[in-house]
Amino acid sequence: MTRFFNGLRHFRRSAWEMLASVLIAGGVVMLMQPFALALYSWSFVITLLGTVMFIIVSHFPE
Amino acid sequence: MLKSSVDRVAEATPHAIARRMHGLSDRALAWLFVAPSIVLLLAVNIFPLIWTIRLSFTNFRVNRPNAEVEFVGLKNYLKILSDRDIWLTMQATAHFLIWTIVLQVLIGFTLAYLINKKFRGNDVWTTIIVLPMMLSPAVVGNFWTFLYQPQIGLFNYAVGFLTGADPSSFSMIGDVSLAPWAIIIVDTWMWTPFVMLICLAGLRSIPPSIYEAAECDRASNWRQFWTITIPLVLPFLMLAVLFRGIENFKMFDLVVQLTGGGPGSITELTSINLKREAFEKWRTGYASAYAVILFVTVFGLASIYVKALNKVKQR
Repeated sequence: MTRFFNGLRHFRRSAWEMLASVLIAGGVVMLMQPFALALYSWSFVITLLGTVMFIIVSHFPE
Repeated sequence: MLKSSVDRVAEATPHAIARRMHGLSDRALAWLFVAPSIVLLLAVNIFPLIWTIRLSFTNFRVNRPNAEVEFVGLKNYLKILSDRDIWLTMQATAHFLIWTIVLQVLIGFTLAYLINKKFRGNDVWTTIIVLPMMLSPAVVGNFWTFLYQPQIGLFNYAVGFLTGADPSSFSMIGDVSLAPWAIIIVDTWMWTPFVMLICLAGLRSIPPSIYEAAECDRASNWRQFWTITIPLVLPFLMLAVLFRGIENFKMFDLVVQLTGGGPGSITELTSINLKREAFEKWRTGYASAYAVILFVTVFGLASIYVKALNKVKQR
């Protein structure tokens, strides 16, 4: 966990890619879950944020 | 002396072209060759995408080309993301997506594993199994509609024969609880051979020497399966899941032919719903916003999936 936060602080690709992936996956689950309309409403913002972040951080150094 | 192919090409080039090319750097020449593809890609893929994003912020209706187009900001997106019907459509798509992928991977891998064993008539069985995916979805949808007929359908008869139930007592397409499973069964029947073929390619790429070494180490069949077969076939399996996932997320033809989204809207997947918004209600701006949401979802998922696939391949 400490390594992950260190990676975020030093703009390392793997840590940021992990964060972006979690956001995308979370967004998709929110989009398709049958439990709360509020989660569905915020799903697109989360997925978009994750996707844009993924595109940017894939250019960070390893 | 034999001439090299480069010399022959140089000689065959007309003087007019050769004179024009003279003085171009390798880089410029490379761009010259790649440019037509890039222009085509921009015209066919990128331009429509940008145009769709632009339309998604307007109230444009394609059936009223002379009406004034207003910029509505995020209104279309807010409407879609608070619409309960579209939310239900997303859930129907998720149900369809998850079950088809699970069933196709399980059955496809099992079939590939069996077909990979040497036995008499191996090739004939492979051809028979692969037949459904060669058919047109319209044809498949049509004849499965007949198979699902409660009175004369072979599917109902088979279920009745096996369970003892009256074949005409249930309707796969007409029943709200059975219709989602009806489309899952047909898609699984049609596309399991595709997953099987990819898995078969993976299984056949494993060198026999690895299994021989495992035999020497007295590894059991079960151990060989979990420590050799599965890890080496995993990249192929993931590729199959990616292809089927993207394909099923935009599933349209088969479901329209089978159920038309019904009964009610229980099998109305996102692509069918999107088509209705765009070409039946003619809400082009709204449908564009809907398309952008689906695009971002598929693009995001595909990005993390390709990253995971590369990681598995590196191992």
